[in-house]
Amino acid sequence: MKLLLPLVALAALAYAPNLVSDYGLGLLIGAVTYVTLANGWALFSGHTHYVSLATVAFYGTGAYTVAVLNETLPYPLVLVAAAVIGATMALVVGLSTLRLAGVYFVIFTFGLAELVRQLITWYEVNITGTLGRYIFLDVTARDIYWQMLALGAATIALTAYVHRSRLGLALRVIGDDEVVAAHSGINLARSKLIAFVLSATILTLVGAVASPRSVYVEPAIVFNPTVSFLTVIMALLGGANRLWGPALGAVPLFLIFEWLSSNFPDTYPIFLGLLFIAVVFALPDGVLAGIERLRASRKERTA
Amino acid sequence: MTLLSISSATKKFGGLTAVDNVSFNVAKGEIIGMLGPNGSGKTTLINLISGDLPATSGRITLAGDPLTGKRADQIARTGVARTFQLVRILPSLSLTENVMIPAVFGAKAHWGETARSVARDALLRVGLADRAAANAGQLTYIDQKRLELARALAAEPTLLLLDEWLAGLNPTELAEGIALIRSLTDSGITILMVEHIMEAVRALCPRVVVMNSGRLIADETTETALTDPHVIAAYLGEGHDA
Repeated sequence: MKLLLPLVALAALAYAPNLVSDYGLGLLIGAVTYVTLANGWALFSGHTHYVSLATVAFYGTGAYTVAVLNETLPYPLVLVAAAVIGATMALVVGLSTLRLAGVYFVIFTFGLAELVRQLITWYEVNITGTLGRYIFLDVTARDIYWQMLALGAATIALTAYVHRSRLGLALRVIGDDEVVAAHSGINLARSKLIAFVLSATILTLVGAVASPRSVYVEPAIVFNPTVSFLTVIMALLGGANRLWGPALGAVPLFLIFEWLSSNFPDTYPIFLGLLFIAVVFALPDGVLAGIERLRASRKERTA
Repeated sequence: MTLLSISSATKKFGGLTAVDNVSFNVAKGEIIGMLGPNGSGKTTLINLISGDLPATSGRITLAGDPLTGKRADQIARTGVARTFQLVRILPSLSLTENVMIPAVFGAKAHWGETARSVARDALLRVGLADRAAANAGQLTYIDQKRLELARALAAEPTLLLLDEWLAGLNPTELAEGIALIRSLTDSGITILMVEHIMEAVRALCPRVVVMNSGRLIADETTETALTDPHVIAAYLGEGHDA
């Protein structure tokens, strides 16, 4: 029963492109993309409370990998290459930064996204001589949607598995108190690194899968820091340490942002900022935790 | 038989030598008290043993295996468990989960029902079994201390380090706490306890080591130590008529 509902929902979502217009399909792709990003982000940050703003560093790297390799390798191999590059990058970054705690980690990850963007810009301008790249792939919007849906479903399944595993328990302990974690026999560096690499690989794949839709790719577009912030706020809104929290936060926020950016293109960042503040103030642990608290207090009142 | 051997352990923080060339042994099954005024280096020495801090020099071994140079998690898996001077619990986890952690990630690597039953036994031992499903963040201070001890016990340790575990208890709780620690030594666990409460030290520890300004100034029976002029001077100052 617990498995039935998600499977039915997945089947319905897989059939959905037959029912909607091109614009509707675009919305579906966007929503599923952000659901997958928020879930992939929460896989590492949800329990450890290491707030990463490096989402777009991996997302953009995935998109750029496709842009560079799309004419030399078959498409499935391009995706494999993107995953390998993302995982390697996460391994190097993780080894050097996971000792940083709190705000230092946040700032570092934010800097990382900028660093990658500047490095690629420098390389393209000085070595290849062209800044933008084109992606000409025989991939339809429907293909992208189904690939992203599969990736999203795989991410949620992986999260469910991690939550029940030793790794998941270790991450929760690390989120509460790293000193206790170490003194209980948890290898801090290894646990954090595994989760960070898994998370980053998914984020990189999201960028790779989404990229054929943009056709034209340049660093300023695919390394837009807003993507990192949106991912964080979506996961936090739903509840980053719950299985369905990130999805619950991503869908409504994506639709709101979509509507705001098409109706108020100039003032849209203001609303974005207000929403950020509202989420952090009103629902610091997310909607799901808020509902639970409400239920608990109602139960107490009736008891 | 020596379980814990500390030889010339030294810890420097810049110009300050917090632990200065300390050496002593603890036999298997022994319960030994560590005394000394505030800031004398007791907690730092505990941190060196548990791997919370790396030693500047010296050597610490457990049953012949070196602990120095190992990370805290590796040391935990060799069978060393501890409590903290400032109590550390995992507030977002349930009591059972709190206590399960060292059973899952320790030497025995229990999982599932076995880990849960180890946790249940440990909670039973400290008298928290009836609240196993509660969240650790909701506990009172004394219950948090109990929980911390239960967590250390669930590691099924050969060496237990207690850092002022009895501090802050009222007389009734203190009597319970002393009885609890005594029941542990009866089951064969070796205990090194930092403690300021002399009543507890007298009741539990036949032998004590005393530290002052990072140095070991006494290693003798508790009776002798409590009348030792060096020890009294360390606590009350030189030239004091004790």
